[in-house]
Amino acid sequence: MSSQAERFDEAARREFAERGRTVVRRGTLLRHPVYTRVLHWAVAIFFVLSLLTGFAIYSPWLFHWIAPLFGGGPTTRFLHPWFGLAFDLFFFFQFINWFAPMAWTAADRRWMRRIGAYVKNEEKVEAEDVGFFNAGQKLYFWAIVISAVLFLVTGLPMWFDDVVPRWLVALSYVVHDLAALVMLAGFIVHVYEGTAAQPGTFRSMTDGTVTEEWAWTHHPAWYEEVTGRDPREDYERARRRQLGRERAAEAWEREQDLRERGGAVAPEEPPGP
Amino acid sequence: MTDQRVYQIQRISAHPGPVPGRGTQRAVEVCKYVDVTTCIGCKACEVACVEWNDHPFRETTFDNTYQTMPSTDWNYWNLIKFVEHQNAGGLMWLMRKDQCMHCAEPGCLLACPADGAIVQYTNGIVDFQQESCIGCGYCISGCPFDIPKFNEGTKKVYKCTLCSDRVGQGLEPACIKACPTGCLHFGTKEDMLALANTRAKQLREVSGFQNAGVYDPASVGGTHVVYVLHDITQPEQYGGLPANPVIPPSYTYWKWLAKPTGLFMAFVGVFAVFFHRIVYGPKLPQPEPVVTEHPNEVAAARAEAPRKEEP
Repeated sequence: MSSQAERFDEAARREFAERGRTVVRRGTLLRHPVYTRVLHWAVAIFFVLSLLTGFAIYSPWLFHWIAPLFGGGPTTRFLHPWFGLAFDLFFFFQFINWFAPMAWTAADRRWMRRIGAYVKNEEKVEAEDVGFFNAGQKLYFWAIVISAVLFLVTGLPMWFDDVVPRWLVALSYVVHDLAALVMLAGFIVHVYEGTAAQPGTFRSMTDGTVTEEWAWTHHPAWYEEVTGRDPREDYERARRRQLGRERAAEAWEREQDLRERGGAVAPEEPPGP
Repeated sequence: MTDQRVYQIQRISAHPGPVPGRGTQRAVEVCKYVDVTTCIGCKACEVACVEWNDHPFRETTFDNTYQTMPSTDWNYWNLIKFVEHQNAGGLMWLMRKDQCMHCAEPGCLLACPADGAIVQYTNGIVDFQQESCIGCGYCISGCPFDIPKFNEGTKKVYKCTLCSDRVGQGLEPACIKACPTGCLHFGTKEDMLALANTRAKQLREVSGFQNAGVYDPASVGGTHVVYVLHDITQPEQYGGLPANPVIPPSYTYWKWLAKPTGLFMAFVGVFAVFFHRIVYGPKLPQPEPVVTEHPNEVAAARAEAPRKEEP
């Protein structure tokens, strides 16, 4: 990445951080600054709009369902390339923004070998070498990079079909669809992982922060990087404390049971705290 | 009154539901027969087409031939392609009436993603319904004859209708009506093929054109416009008539097989993540609340399961 792009990205981050606000409370960590969040949602909105308008044109089974949402077939067809351009534009900035943390490393190769266990939720806590992004996120990012380029390269011939040969349009149509299907698969997994699959993740893109527990669970290396503490140690300590709390609570409950059953011990006791 | 039978539709572009006339075959499949060998290039058919379809008269483009303009246009559906052809015997003027071929397997209709924008009547005419057209231009890339043309003003695509409005009234197309040499004929596909074959035979046996033949390409299921050419082995020399017109596989295999498969996979994907959540549960930040060793104690006791020790 050229230093010019880096400087631009730095300036944009500063500018957005000044105008926007990210409240980091006790026990939480800053995950995504304002600039990143704005980019992410701009990309997301235009992706969904492109996906829907594209779906209408993609299949006769969806045409009558989706085209009316955008004002009918001709309008849908008119809007789709513009939505796509906006998606590509915002993703270009997102690319600059995330180019560095998305670099593929040896840790990612190890993560990919563990992907089966990851999918089946066999590991409660991620391996200690998982950094700011895990390999799955990086894979999705690079799939979008390739798809965004393919969308543009194949979209333009379909947009300006009068100046390109017939076979190019027919070929572009297939490549455009394939890229969209790959993106769609990634999108389904992405939305799922960001919401229902991993509670506590969604707020990283809304408020911009995550809890420390979330950080040492899903991205231990990043936790170590930003806090300077050992994620495994902190996790073990939290676990011990929780067990202690749990035992104390149980003991209290048992005592309470005894008293209530005994009847005579404390009949007039006010309700517990 | 419109003859409803002529307008019975047997195929609709991008239509997921049933089509009233699918599989039906009308006794009368119409056909235009163009005898290229007797065309004198007078362009009466071009004028008749422009007049009948209420297209504006427009400037022509002179490029040192007798051709009116380089190609057909959204409001110029009928064009005599003029070629000076040099062969062993000397010079020939090849004049071919270029217009929509009304294929039995229309590439435009197969490519179209807008329901009802392109229809095929049971009499074989392929007609564009501009009110349903979304202006994507896929039909242009689906057509092996480079016929559909885009109108920048209306953002719709237009082409020759084979005068479906006239044919519906029992009239012949305007171009046929205007032809002074009898090089254009209109009738049933069967009759026109018989006529064309007779003429080709005559050309081969009497006029010395050994390669004369009828152009009715099977690769698009035959066409509802057939030509008699002096040399059927080289249709390209007649202003780029393809010897083997092909519909891109993107509009056949991809569209009708791979696309629905892709869509199905997407639904499977949504189901998969949904049931992943149901089966494997969420990945909670650790430490998560303590996992109980014996949920539903009463139910377990009722099932007479061995009771676990207290922790």
